[in-house]
Amino acid sequence: MTKLSRRSFLRTTGMAGAASLASPLIARAQSDTIKIGGLHDLSGALDSTGVPMNQVFQLAIKEINEAGGLLGREVEPVIYDPQSNMSLYSQYATQLALKDRVDVVMGGITSASRETIRPIFHRYDTFYFYNTQYEGGVCDRNEITLGTTPAQTVARLIPYGMNLYGKKVYTVAADYNYGHITAAWVKRYVEENGGEVIETEFFPLDVSQFGSTISKIQGADPDFVLSALVGTSHLGFYRQWAAAGMKDQIPVLSTVFGAGGTEQVIMTPEEGNGIISSFGYFEQIDNPTNKAFLDKVAAEYPDKDWVMSEISEVTYEGVKMWADAVAEAGTTERDALLEVLTSGKTYDMPAGAVKIDPKTHHAIRDVYIAELQDQVFQIKENYPDSPPTDTQMVCDLIENPDSNEHFEISL
Amino acid sequence: MDYTLVIALEMVRAVAWLVLLASGLAIIFGMMRIINFAHGEFLMLGGYTVVISTGNGVNEWFAMLVLAPLVVGIFGVLVERLVIQRLYGRILDSLLATWGLSMLMIGGVTMIFGNSVTGVATPLGGMSIGDYQVPRYNFVLIFAAIFLLLAIWAVLKFTKAGLIARATMQNPDMSEALGIPTRWVYMATFGIGSAVTGFAGALLAPMTGVVPTMGVNFIAQSFITVITGGASVITGTLSAAGLLGSISQGMTFLTGPVYGDAALLLAALVLLRLLPQGITGRIFKKSL
Repeated sequence: MTKLSRRSFLRTTGMAGAASLASPLIARAQSDTIKIGGLHDLSGALDSTGVPMNQVFQLAIKEINEAGGLLGREVEPVIYDPQSNMSLYSQYATQLALKDRVDVVMGGITSASRETIRPIFHRYDTFYFYNTQYEGGVCDRNEITLGTTPAQTVARLIPYGMNLYGKKVYTVAADYNYGHITAAWVKRYVEENGGEVIETEFFPLDVSQFGSTISKIQGADPDFVLSALVGTSHLGFYRQWAAAGMKDQIPVLSTVFGAGGTEQVIMTPEEGNGIISSFGYFEQIDNPTNKAFLDKVAAEYPDKDWVMSEISEVTYEGVKMWADAVAEAGTTERDALLEVLTSGKTYDMPAGAVKIDPKTHHAIRDVYIAELQDQVFQIKENYPDSPPTDTQMVCDLIENPDSNEHFEISL
Repeated sequence: MDYTLVIALEMVRAVAWLVLLASGLAIIFGMMRIINFAHGEFLMLGGYTVVISTGNGVNEWFAMLVLAPLVVGIFGVLVERLVIQRLYGRILDSLLATWGLSMLMIGGVTMIFGNSVTGVATPLGGMSIGDYQVPRYNFVLIFAAIFLLLAIWAVLKFTKAGLIARATMQNPDMSEALGIPTRWVYMATFGIGSAVTGFAGALLAPMTGVVPTMGVNFIAQSFITVITGGASVITGTLSAAGLLGSISQGMTFLTGPVYGDAALLLAALVLLRLLPQGITGRIFKKSL
């Protein structure tokens, strides 16, 4: 027996590690399966969002296979973990497109990750579904975008708040593109409804002390506060707001609180009660499809510690809508699928009725407003058939089918 | 009038916060010339101690005031024995080693507790100053900072341990020659510095979310305060925190948090250009 020196041990295990890094987590198989790529962050900063998305993604595929697969073939997931790292996103996207030759890809969480992989899939004609709520403006025939955009959620949330509380709004937002774009939308909708944004403050993502802002808000005395704050440090705002005793004096509405399905359970009821959010999906949606969906998720993942949020539910929608189109078109070829998907067909999903807007390839869907009560969002309003009017302002794929851009929608 | 009072209070709180954040680092850096790059993760560990122990029914105040400093202090002693003691006098190596340690800690905590945000509610609720509401917890921060500085001062000034520590800080070789076991002094110092950092992390936990990667949000502020302050633990930390805290908070009130952050960096930049050894490198030289 040869002696295993430390160096050779390191070399061989290191190589094994590199090899396992390069191959997908699930063994690749014969080409008689239909392959669906999944790119969700399963580790790194965004894993608390990516893991639920990936679980729901696998559940949807399992359902399809239990019902006999597609076109008589099994659907095989090809899953990579981009580790919240943009260079891995581009590496794995290229692998999915060229090496694994998957038929479709679901994934990407942040806009940065989407803009990393979207051009890759566009170049190699790999059909792509982006299932996250985002700031709007993607115009790419190769991409189906199912999540909500500001024109769907903010447009409903602002008038709702102004009717209930009044016309003076104070905006606090994260200091990067999402926060700035959302703040611009907020200003637009507040003014359209005859109100006034008395102040907009931006916070770098590492700010965790909100004392001076809370005092300033009190000095400005708005009718409500609109928060587009993002991330762990910014949770401090809601905490310190409640600790200052402001929660019962000035209501807080948010465009993003609860998006990942975690904030609502991190905040105690005393801190979180009364926060109002707007998304395309909440667990409390009352329809049979949603009940069946949540039961299935609970049965598949009995130990899950996350709340179903729009981002995960929409991932499920993506897989199911794509599968439905494959079954109807009788092929996995993209253009045939696009024809089915954009034909005006309405899909019955846990979130309600969803259809694809042929001009933008974004979803026209139900939008909900809900209020947090004892760590559960209770639905207050439902707006069916809400179109992505923001993206529609800049994008027309019927006229410009070759468009391959993420427009910044200027207001 | 009320508004002025609220602003003043908020500035004092900001200064107190910087004092809490930087004291542990200042003790370690000032006395041992070791740059602890895992400082942010020591804070995180303090925060986790509070979240986990209150989650298991421990009294929140006990967890913040006793448990967190104890746990992080013991951890610090372990780290000193295993890693730091081999690196005295090697500033760059210690930087690299503690940076590795910080990644190890992030990975370890993620493995054990998961990469999800946790937290505890802010205790005590709010109180009104005229038309304004402020969290009572602000006063906890301010008193904790005052108490901490007084305690460090009293220990250094009036106790035998403090005398030994000061001697070691001034001239380690001479102290060694006089029979002081400087190795043990260093170990204790690192432990105490860690405990202070754990204490700051514990006080931070009820104000924001606690995640394994939270340390990175605080490390810049801590380092800037310590470097701007210079070698003296108390005077340095206090003067730097006072200056930077009031400048950044003042700017935050006048304009917004983006400029508040920028003002803090600019102030530190100018100060270090004028006083490269930090504030106490030129003025208050003989202070503690």
